[in-house]
Amino acid sequence: MKLPREQVEWVAKLAQIELTEEEKSHFATDLSNTITYIDELSAVDVSGVNADNSQITGLTNNTEVDEIRRCEISKEEFLSRAPAHQGDYILVKKVLDK
Amino acid sequence: MRIAKWQELGEKGAVERVFAMNDKYSGLDAVLAWDKEAKSSGGKLAVPYLAKDNMATLKLPTSAASKILEGFVSPYEATVIRKLSEAGAMMVGKSNMDEFAMGSSTENSAYMVTKNPWNMEVVPGGSSGGSAAAVAAGIVPFSLGSDTGGSIRQPASFCGIVGLMPTYGRVSRYGLLAMASSLDRIGPFTNTVEDAARILQIIAGRDVRDATTLDIEVPDYVTGLTGDVKGIKMGVATDFFGEGIDPEVEKVVREAIEVINGLGVSQSEVSLPHAKYGLSTYYIIQPAEVSANLSRYDGIRYGHSAQDVDSLAGVYAKSRAEGFGPETKRRVMLGAYTLSAGFRDAYYDKALKVRQLIKQDFDKAFESVDVIVSPTSPTVAFKVGEKTADPLEMYKADLLTTPASMAGIPAVSIPCGLAHGLPVGLQIMARQFDEATLLKVADAYEKATADAEWRKQATKLQELGGNK
Repeated sequence: MKLPREQVEWVAKLAQIELTEEEKSHFATDLSNTITYIDELSAVDVSGVNADNSQITGLTNNTEVDEIRRCEISKEEFLSRAPAHQGDYILVKKVLDK
Repeated sequence: MRIAKWQELGEKGAVERVFAMNDKYSGLDAVLAWDKEAKSSGGKLAVPYLAKDNMATLKLPTSAASKILEGFVSPYEATVIRKLSEAGAMMVGKSNMDEFAMGSSTENSAYMVTKNPWNMEVVPGGSSGGSAAAVAAGIVPFSLGSDTGGSIRQPASFCGIVGLMPTYGRVSRYGLLAMASSLDRIGPFTNTVEDAARILQIIAGRDVRDATTLDIEVPDYVTGLTGDVKGIKMGVATDFFGEGIDPEVEKVVREAIEVINGLGVSQSEVSLPHAKYGLSTYYIIQPAEVSANLSRYDGIRYGHSAQDVDSLAGVYAKSRAEGFGPETKRRVMLGAYTLSAGFRDAYYDKALKVRQLIKQDFDKAFESVDVIVSPTSPTVAFKVGEKTADPLEMYKADLLTTPASMAGIPAVSIPCGLAHGLPVGLQIMARQFDEATLLKVADAYEKATADAEWRKQATKLQELGGNK
């Protein structure tokens, strides 16, 4: 079984990953095999199970005193890791056309 | 070789031994500088170690074995690295892994394939394969790995060493590159249970920088290793001995259980009826969290950024296409699929509920027993390339390790013999935050089998030059 091509393209778009034609074909098979396998959970009766808190050790709130702490990482350190920056700003491609 | 033996070499001797084991290893100057710093901190541990490459380190790059982070140096340091540094341990390098810790063989690394020191034709397991192989080969006395669905325990089993996954929330993940946040844990690889206890002692405890860590007492693990295990109750996870288990592996594991029984630990069968869904639950929750966590690798703030693209969306899609390997792409896409509108209830929300059922099974079992035992992996280490063509077959290597991951409980894999000439691991699981009992039983077994013939082969691997 293979996931329809349009569905692979839709998932790739959601995942923000550009795929080659070859990848689309491979992933269609791989993803459908895995999806068929995990579908076994549809048969499990979960009525009455509360999973509102998925924190497995039962922690609910773990709070800290709200105080201002200096960031240990400098602005320069952040900027130096960006692929492109200008002054204090990280450069990105334009989002909207004029 | 145990940590205490390495300490006898002295700091210089220990570092020299690391280099003697690795003719291709470079960066001696960096290590010696580290050594100096460790000395000045006054720490007592003073032995070399390796950290899995998904832990943020200041002095060495952190790539998570991905091209998207090639050469990336973190501006901050993981809490576990800091704690070990304060204890005097010397980080001599970062170890290979499956890209972003996704895989069961370390074949998904963007850089190289790690081989198993027991047999260069088989995999070391994964995803922490580099950390496991290095300890098994005697290159370092201990290393750090991370475990999300079996990534410490399974490679420990394949490489014949001790691999400990502490309780979720016992050890800070600050600085661990987030993969599946409700499951990720950090733990040690060592040659002995006592060494695992020593390292856990150092890295355990609450950290304000990881809100999932709990402010509860960290007991003295080493002192608890008395060898006296009389009165402890052991449950045998019958559901873990079903289809797909190599009969040779089962035989070795059952013999180990008898040895533990002989030490005064009672034995009974326990049923974990939902544990068989651990794998499916894992392969829904894990990719879902991965798809969210890995969205940060977008080519904008750090990491690989695609060139010759003229739109912002194009930068995202192409940087990720070029930077992520096939398995990472598969998981991010799988997660995007199961979390998408119309599917979320059927997959992610359902999996969270099944996860609770798995946890409830363990809770019920732990009402009558203190530890639960099973094989760590259904098989011994498989051949390099054997499972790479079929991702689902690779996922099934995690069949027996995912249930403990789901339940948040601690689990250790300890060597218990050989099958087909390769190591077999015994998995011991305990209640949340009861690493002490788990280690006590594991240590007692280790002491009881100290003179076993199969242990001599493991020791031989670690003789200087023996791994070349």
